[in-house]
Amino acid sequence: MKVSYYPGCTLRNKARDLDIWARRSAEALGVELCELEDWQCCGGVFVAARDEIATKLSSVRALAQARDRGQPLVTVCSACHNVIKRTNQTLRTDADFAAKVHNYMAQDPNPIAPYTGETEVYHYLELLRDVVGFDRVRAAVKHPLTGKKIAAYYGCLLLRPGKVMRMDDPENPRVMEDFIRALGAEPVVYPARNECCGGYVVLENAQSAEKRSRTVSASAAGHGAEMIVTACPLCKYNLVKSGSELPVVYFTELLAEALGVKEESYAE
Amino acid sequence: MQNKNERRREQILRISGVNPLKCMRCGKCSATCPSYDEMEYHPHEFVYMVETGDLEPLIHSTSIYQCLSCMACVERCPRGVEPGKLIEALRLTVIREKDANHMTADTIPAVIDDETPQQAIVSALRKYTK
Repeated sequence: MKVSYYPGCTLRNKARDLDIWARRSAEALGVELCELEDWQCCGGVFVAARDEIATKLSSVRALAQARDRGQPLVTVCSACHNVIKRTNQTLRTDADFAAKVHNYMAQDPNPIAPYTGETEVYHYLELLRDVVGFDRVRAAVKHPLTGKKIAAYYGCLLLRPGKVMRMDDPENPRVMEDFIRALGAEPVVYPARNECCGGYVVLENAQSAEKRSRTVSASAAGHGAEMIVTACPLCKYNLVKSGSELPVVYFTELLAEALGVKEESYAE
Repeated sequence: MQNKNERRREQILRISGVNPLKCMRCGKCSATCPSYDEMEYHPHEFVYMVETGDLEPLIHSTSIYQCLSCMACVERCPRGVEPGKLIEALRLTVIREKDANHMTADTIPAVIDDETPQQAIVSALRKYTK
């Protein structure tokens, strides 16, 4: 099947591993990720204020392009997913916002038809769970990660606000644990798995982010994990920078390894 | 001054969509806030102080830059007050004023390293500048 794919700014730069293994794994699972043309950065964080319009237009353009292709839109980065999904939900529920967005969009050189939230947005994990199915993932595994104890780190962006993200139970999620099981490994459930790593505050108050991240990695290590997996480049950065005693790996890299499509290196 | 304060309060309520009167003062938002220790004023205090119009201390406090936008308080509030959105709106009314950006592109090189993801930079600029 074909889906539209929005990589986002970091996946083209510091988080190449998150992107490349997502693409290779999708190929192995029979899903064609069709990258959007001329996509623009989502801005990294959703600004909830109701009068913020311009900061959400890059998401609208991505969503509208997927609609015009008749495809769902797939994201991999937790931040892109949070911003695009929340923008989509606001368009669905706030007619005043949608009207203002359309007024802005009408100024584009090639204006799009009014967009009001028609596109379905899937995070890559949802694609695996709901479209491909974890059973098919399990069947495609060539190198099961048997015996590995892996801590799924959700952070804040994948799950909250729960009423909008609707990926999983925001307080007791299981999608990443089920993903880990599908790869043959053993998920480790630990208290801090859905707490924030400190996020962008690392540039404002580095000590604050360090404390938050150490809490997360210590919680995972204390519950017997050998490794932490994440979908978020900023979570990975903060955890590593704060001195996590466990390796922090993108979930797509783990998937590629299990599917047997991970090579030693890839062409830049 | 009275009018300016009242205008700011009205703007905060309008752009956040938050109704502080729904708050029952249980303090769960502050109890769950990962940035609690970094803040002079905590999420439950933001809600109460915006309700009563006591905005001056908040405007001048570094607490408005410590919120992680992690939505823990929004998710866990038993009354659906959404304190995080209120803190963001308050911060916006501050940084939207002339020359009031809290961060500039010039200050970024000093706080990043070779591994800093682009996501961190765009997010911080979006949260701390207009």
